[in-house]
Amino acid sequence: MVIDPDGVDSLIASLRAQGYRVVGPVVANGAIVHREIQSVEDLPNGWHDAQRPGSYRTSHGDDHELFGWAVGPESFKQSVFPSRAVLWRARRDGGEVAVEAGVDDAPREAFFGARPCEVAALDVLGGVLAGAARPDPVFTRRRDAAFVVTVECGAPAATCFCTSMGSGPAAGGNFDLALTELAGPDHRFLVRVGSERGGAVLAGIASRPATADDAKARDAVIGRAESAITRTLDAAAAPGLLARNLEHPRWDDVATRCLACGNCTLVCPTCFCAAVEETTDLTGTAEQTRRWDSCFDLAHSYMHGGSVRVSTRSRYRQWMTHKLSTWVDQFGNSGCIGCGRCITWCPVGIDITEELAAIAASDGAVKKDEPAAVRDR
Amino acid sequence: MEEMSDLIAKNSLFAGLPDSTIELAVGCAQNVAFEPGARILVEGEPADTLYLLRRGRVALQVQRPSGKPLVIETIGPNSVLGWSWLVPPYRWQFDGVAIDPVGAVAIDGTCLRAKADADPVFGYALLKRISGVLLSRLQSTRVRLLDLYGHSLDD
Amino acid sequence: MTEAALTKPGPFVPSRYRVVDRKTETFDITTLWLEPVDPPIDAFKAGQFNMLTAFGVGEIAISISSAPGAPGAIEHTVRDVGAVSHALSQSAVGDIVGVRGPFGTDWGLESLDGVDVVVVVGGVGLAPLRGAMRYLAEHKSPKRAVALRVGARLPDQIVFPDEIARWGEMGIDVAVTVDVADAGWTGNVGVVTQILAELPFDGAGAIALVCGPEIMMRFSARSLVDLGVAPENIRVSLERNMQCGIAMCGHCQLGPYLLCRDGPVVPYAPLAAELITESER
Repeated sequence: MVIDPDGVDSLIASLRAQGYRVVGPVVANGAIVHREIQSVEDLPNGWHDAQRPGSYRTSHGDDHELFGWAVGPESFKQSVFPSRAVLWRARRDGGEVAVEAGVDDAPREAFFGARPCEVAALDVLGGVLAGAARPDPVFTRRRDAAFVVTVECGAPAATCFCTSMGSGPAAGGNFDLALTELAGPDHRFLVRVGSERGGAVLAGIASRPATADDAKARDAVIGRAESAITRTLDAAAAPGLLARNLEHPRWDDVATRCLACGNCTLVCPTCFCAAVEETTDLTGTAEQTRRWDSCFDLAHSYMHGGSVRVSTRSRYRQWMTHKLSTWVDQFGNSGCIGCGRCITWCPVGIDITEELAAIAASDGAVKKDEPAAVRDR
Repeated sequence: MEEMSDLIAKNSLFAGLPDSTIELAVGCAQNVAFEPGARILVEGEPADTLYLLRRGRVALQVQRPSGKPLVIETIGPNSVLGWSWLVPPYRWQFDGVAIDPVGAVAIDGTCLRAKADADPVFGYALLKRISGVLLSRLQSTRVRLLDLYGHSLDD
Repeated sequence: MTEAALTKPGPFVPSRYRVVDRKTETFDITTLWLEPVDPPIDAFKAGQFNMLTAFGVGEIAISISSAPGAPGAIEHTVRDVGAVSHALSQSAVGDIVGVRGPFGTDWGLESLDGVDVVVVVGGVGLAPLRGAMRYLAEHKSPKRAVALRVGARLPDQIVFPDEIARWGEMGIDVAVTVDVADAGWTGNVGVVTQILAELPFDGAGAIALVCGPEIMMRFSARSLVDLGVAPENIRVSLERNMQCGIAMCGHCQLGPYLLCRDGPVVPYAPLAAELITESER
């Protein structure tokens, strides 16, 4: 089906009317971030982004494209996996202890404008949080309730590499509706239905059947997007390559640049490390919370006696080998979906695709502490 | 009644060495036995015997002014007791006290050193074996120094 | 069915257990006997662990030290090395603690019928293996000989000495060694690998269960391999920072393993041998 920009507004209104808190892209503080949106007016009309390693810029043009940008620093991870969640509370009462489970009463959300890579990320996160023997009730509740409107990419960033990870620019995975923006004088959106409830919502707004021309236009958008993506990553080779190159000299090289700031883990839509902590107050209540953590944190690998990963080298290596290699051992698929956020938002511009390629270029090189040659007298 | 050469060949120090090598050691060897509590090695005394333990255990001990002596290590059957006969000043560094009834082959150190000096091939073969045992003991001792079950290395 | 039984708490919420008995094993090791106040956790297997909550302090992973299937209270043996283990060690009879579990892989007792078993433990490492040892001592299997090798720092720091002696009387080949002792100790003095030197059976075909400080485990594993035990038949118990216990917080990773799910019991070969040798630095 095809809808026009008013149709997009109707879609948002329809979801709100059905009780969804609609979260979508807005421009705030110079970036395209996720906020609750009320109408199509809130969307980044005419906004574009330019991304490079360590650089993110937005600009405004004369066009009226709503989705003429790639991705911002935020993903929908925080909607299904909140940065802080109360797991339980306990109260001491004389010699007894009363325990009550934390309540998650967040309203159900509609993710408006989730890129195909972000939908893929939700599936990857689901593999960890819902696929476990004992699933996370917060993620499961929120993900099941979430209505996903994915928007195919027409303007990938220089840091994108979804094509290498099989996560875009075309829509895939579990979504309810997929939109493709067809810009120009006949500004319209191709809509594909991905679920029953998606079809039901679409049925409630004005639309017309798609023509062959509409389909061709959409294919052209996708084709241009695929050609525009320049970065690549050999996802199939990565697990074995990294597993046999744990002592590669490149790790020392990247360690001279990495600040261990953890930005990459904050913006990554699949990073799931979370610290479980107990806090108490003076009234005798203890609260167990889960909050986002990062493997770049020194305390992440703490055991009595000290942390296991002390050097920046070991922590960067942990992050990258987990994302591309041991994640596959642990969960059966790669942890990376190729959104490029880690490249853009790294303050020193470390590029995961470049690091992997550098290791591949000298597969098997080992860092050895060779003695310096001693000159004979 | 077993032949001395068989008793020596059974011990890990000599096992697998050629008969001719073992025969050289036989010439310096005799069977001995100790009651539990016997001080086989005495700290400071001349060290002149290599003991191939056949049965029973010996505790390497060090005396102190008060309190019971401290046990450094337990040497068990099929092992070797006593190395200070090998290098000057040829004096025992620790006590060696039998914990159980001990049966051993006692090999005279002076005799063994003389045969090794006279026959470098024999001497080298013996030294290679001795080095192996000493290295193993050193490594075990080093692991004990780590105090793995203690708290001393934790914050 | 009561209301409580119908409402299963989520995997993060602890079940309340009461301390019904406690024993100071050594100066820093305590055993707690716990009985459920809330619906009990599922049946556990030897080698698994629970997440124990000292309310108001925190939660840590502690191996279960009682035998699976045994009636009565569940036992946990705790070594006092941090804030939470300290709080648990100080628990009094009647105190409430939280329990989540059972988690992790087990020693695989069902695979030990008709094979020789050598158990090597150091320090508090006998605690995660006590349930398995009780099983092996009480359930004789034809063509199975069991050897136990115990390492400790000092004679008064041997955990469960009475039980070790009893297992010896029940047909287990027991040898104990300490790092240092005075002459009042007539047992062995030396590292545990030295008393491994002679097994009462052929290493080939035997299964080894090893638990203790990581350095001790890898030296023991090497000695076992020298004795002919197949590396894939050596099972070690590894630990890392555990927080959720349910494979979704990312802390207990060790290479490809999530130790709360793929461990703590892992085979020495093909992966653990390297993982416990290389410090990640």
